[in-house]
Amino acid sequence: MTELTDLGLVALRDGVAHGDFTATEVAGAFNAAVAEANGALNAFIVTTPDHALAAAARVDAARAAGEPLGKLAGVPIGMKDLFATKGVQTTAASKILGGFVPPYESSVSQKLWDAGAGLLGKLNLDQFAMGSSNETSAFGNVISPWRATGDAALRAPGGSSGGSSAAVAARIVAAATGTDTGGSIRQPAAFTGITGIKPTYGRCSRWGVVAFASSLDQAGAMARDVTDCAVMLEAMAGFDPKDATSLDLPVPDWRAALSDDLRGRTVGIPREYRLDGLNGDVAASWDQGIAWLKDAGARVVDISLPHTRYALPAYYIIAPAEASSNLARYDGVRYGLRDLPPGANLQDMYAATRAAGFGPEVKRRIMIGTYVLSAGFYDAYYTQAQKVRALIARDFTQAFQDVDVILTPTAPSSAFVLGEKSADPLEMYLNDVFSVPASLAGLPAMSVPAGLDRAGLPLGLHLIGRPFDEQTVLDAGLAIERRAAFVARPAKWW
Amino acid sequence: MTVAPADVARIAALARIKVDESEIAALVPELNGILAWVDQLGEVDVTGVAPMTAVIANQLRLRADVVGADPLTGGGIRDAVLANAPAAEHGFFGVPKVIE
Amino acid sequence: MTYRITGTTGEWEVVIGLEVHAQIATASKLFSGAATAFGAEPNTQVSLIDAAMPGMLPVPNRECIRQAVRTGIAINAAINPWSRFDRKNYFYADLPQGYQISQLYHPLVGEGAVEITPDDKHPDQTKVIGVERIHVEQDAGKLMHDQHPTQSYVDLNRSGVALMEIVSKPDMRSPAEAGAYLAKLRTILRYVGSCDGNMDQGSMRADVNVSVRRPGAPFGTRTETKNVNSVRFVMATVDYEAKRQVKVLEAGGVIAQETRLFDPDSGTTRSMRSKEDAHDYRYFPDPDLLPLVLDPAFIDECRASLPELPDAKRQRYATTLGLSAYNAGVLTAEAETARWFEALLAHSAQLQGKAEADVARAAANWLTSELFGALNKLGTGLTDSPVSPEAGAALLALVGKGTISGSIAKHVLEKMLESGDAPDVIVAREGLTQTSDSGAIEAAAAAVLAANADKVAQYQAGKLALFGFFVGQTMKAMGGKANPQLVNDVLKAKLG
Ligand SMILES: [Mg+2]
Ligand SMILES: [Zn+2]
Repeated sequence: MTELTDLGLVALRDGVAHGDFTATEVAGAFNAAVAEANGALNAFIVTTPDHALAAAARVDAARAAGEPLGKLAGVPIGMKDLFATKGVQTTAASKILGGFVPPYESSVSQKLWDAGAGLLGKLNLDQFAMGSSNETSAFGNVISPWRATGDAALRAPGGSSGGSSAAVAARIVAAATGTDTGGSIRQPAAFTGITGIKPTYGRCSRWGVVAFASSLDQAGAMARDVTDCAVMLEAMAGFDPKDATSLDLPVPDWRAALSDDLRGRTVGIPREYRLDGLNGDVAASWDQGIAWLKDAGARVVDISLPHTRYALPAYYIIAPAEASSNLARYDGVRYGLRDLPPGANLQDMYAATRAAGFGPEVKRRIMIGTYVLSAGFYDAYYTQAQKVRALIARDFTQAFQDVDVILTPTAPSSAFVLGEKSADPLEMYLNDVFSVPASLAGLPAMSVPAGLDRAGLPLGLHLIGRPFDEQTVLDAGLAIERRAAFVARPAKWW
Repeated sequence: MTVAPADVARIAALARIKVDESEIAALVPELNGILAWVDQLGEVDVTGVAPMTAVIANQLRLRADVVGADPLTGGGIRDAVLANAPAAEHGFFGVPKVIE
Repeated sequence: MTYRITGTTGEWEVVIGLEVHAQIATASKLFSGAATAFGAEPNTQVSLIDAAMPGMLPVPNRECIRQAVRTGIAINAAINPWSRFDRKNYFYADLPQGYQISQLYHPLVGEGAVEITPDDKHPDQTKVIGVERIHVEQDAGKLMHDQHPTQSYVDLNRSGVALMEIVSKPDMRSPAEAGAYLAKLRTILRYVGSCDGNMDQGSMRADVNVSVRRPGAPFGTRTETKNVNSVRFVMATVDYEAKRQVKVLEAGGVIAQETRLFDPDSGTTRSMRSKEDAHDYRYFPDPDLLPLVLDPAFIDECRASLPELPDAKRQRYATTLGLSAYNAGVLTAEAETARWFEALLAHSAQLQGKAEADVARAAANWLTSELFGALNKLGTGLTDSPVSPEAGAALLALVGKGTISGSIAKHVLEKMLESGDAPDVIVAREGLTQTSDSGAIEAAAAAVLAANADKVAQYQAGKLALFGFFVGQTMKAMGGKANPQLVNDVLKAKLG
């Protein structure tokens, strides 16, 4: 018999519902897997086996009583430690929130518990979701379960949802939540050979999610395949009156409508994404993706998104600007770390607390954000960036008059070795070159595994859809998934 | 635009992040590298373009004036509000004495 | 009339602008469902949002927007159908988010105007003070400094309460104008119902911007004195600041653009150390909030819901009701006074079977001189008056129908205030009904004239002012109950 942890979200849910195994057995198997792996992978900041078991017991009792079961009944998941979880430490992987135990539950996590999911623990991430390799966490690097062929060097799981990607790839969670501000679901999914979707901005409530950059932050699902992602996202999404940017729209039954038949649909290939010196394996994977989508019946056309090259610099003005303000609340007064040197006044306390509590990348971004908003620079930087952002969104709007979905690589390379890019912030930022434009425009986008590069490391393909049209993104993702038949998984070395 | 050490010190003060001389020295080239890179945005012709205000076309929704309509966004939860405070006394948050 | 400060080197003009923060009268806060009631235990009216817990988000209160729009319409201001919230970033212990959600770039309400009457004694002399804008923003929490030797205590009950910031143009030129502007603004807000105007509870407070200049010269550097919480203190702030600045300038100094604090005990202002930090608020649009787009129907509803406003009411009292400018001003200064007066008027007209305009002057005079005077002596106000508008109207009807005289009416009012009894009950009980018995009046008048032969001679020699003396004496002899018209007629006849 296959191990329970080999099963994905839908298989577990259906197995519990059919009585093939109990939710408690599932929770036990995953708790054990987490306990076994976490020392090596450092994917979790805290584990919550009791939470997973309690949720499972409720599901088993409900089933025994003949009550209807939720969409995720019996599925143990990991929550990125950016989602507030009532009674469970929530840190955003920062020392400044060390020991913070929220007296509230984020809207998204509440929906997941209501759907019958259980919490295995809080997943590590780049500090305040700022990073692309999970090397900025105050709780240490997450180690990718993947290794290059014949190379034991420790690799990055991507970021910022690096704990999520590593845990899903290592089969120690059935699925995980992620958040995506500029690629933080899609890039780590690509690095670890899993599937990750960021829905249209406003689909998932931001209430109770530690804010990085409010106009960009969007929660999404990370799981083993497209179908699992669709079901998980259905459970996470939905209107929330507590979030003024939440979309007041019904959540479609994406899974029921899933189809890899793309006849009558048009896929756009943006020429601006074909960068000079694009990694050969990545380029080949992209070409393979085009062939797969054609095979699925789609018409494929070249398109132009002329402002693409300005997306990353615009992002690195807008996101730090918003972050500099969003992170002002971490001041040592109401929660988290307080550093009060002898004789310090209030303002000294703020400066000392924030110096001690924030990691270097967070400080760097707060400084950039503070600078671009400061007197005399606001228009040149922030206003200009928001205008460029409007142009980037307009590029997409125009492209979507002719195409239904856009295909690009997810990231410019496969997973790099930890430490390889951390010396130069700009080099790290370039990881998000393909994912950031869709974030700036608030569009649904997903990464699906496309195969392995010559080093034996996963590569992802990236699909961008129209606002609210997660369905086409999922359908195209499914078309790739079926044709890629990606079954590779990291060898268990932990 | 480029920053000098004095600018970095000013920004850090504005952001309430204590930095020492060596941190400033390290930050100057880092920030200048990032700023030089984002400066390319200046090339973009944005004539007649309004800055983006809503990512997805949407308007602000207003709520009814009701106290505690949703317990998650209402008051009357002093213990919860103070529970994580580094210094809470007599129902207040404590901070180093401020002279106004 | 023109207010000038005379220094050692000549005359100076003072220029004043007010930024008034008015708490919007709502049950819940601007962006959270926590209550706004005054005087609650510390931190009991604080939601997770007001405490700026991680991941918390603002959702605006429709009533706050509605009341700000109604206020804007009440001062004839432009309502902006597209506005937006911005963040004002700074660090202070009363500001949990590290930013205040406010409106800088696109305020809800644009330019408007407030007409003031700076001098009570000259109710016809008015001046129009421009309003630059009204924007909606969050209030901060409160710091307590005197509860602990080394700590300040933070109470976030006020954190997130909705404020309107009403920014005037620098149009005021004297302490009296500044005081009149603030008082008038409070009157309007109370009429509109958008703010309770309780300045002692902090519902309304003014940041007072003061500068001085040689008359006609360009504006000087201004200081901003924060959170002044009464009309009197605003006037004192202007007075002190203007004189202080003149002194500094005449001594060859320069005025620092700074934030100051008013000390009510000494009537002076001083520089605020805590706010001396370089002001670089890094305003930018709040990414948690979308643009606020108002439906024309929403604005129409706001307009339609407004009551008659003080200026229109005052105008109507003077023209339609024929009241003096002074009375019209006094009776419209508070919404509650006007409401009371209008009830009195309606009942008076009904009881006397006359048009309101025909009883209005008597009602206004009685209310402003008799009742206000009596209530004042009792140390109470109209809101707590033991005499209702109905009872007042009954008393006026007794006078109007000639049942009692005006002087008896004063006595009856005193008894009404004491006993709470109806005026006709008191008149009947004490036998105060006025007499028109001409025989008795003739006899009393004859006795008065006989007893004052010297004064009669003086009167007949041309000192006509003595007539009032004879009337008074005759009325006194009649125990105040004589019909005054008859007394007049009888005395006129007897004196020739
Ligand atoms: Mg002000
Ligand atoms: Zn203000």
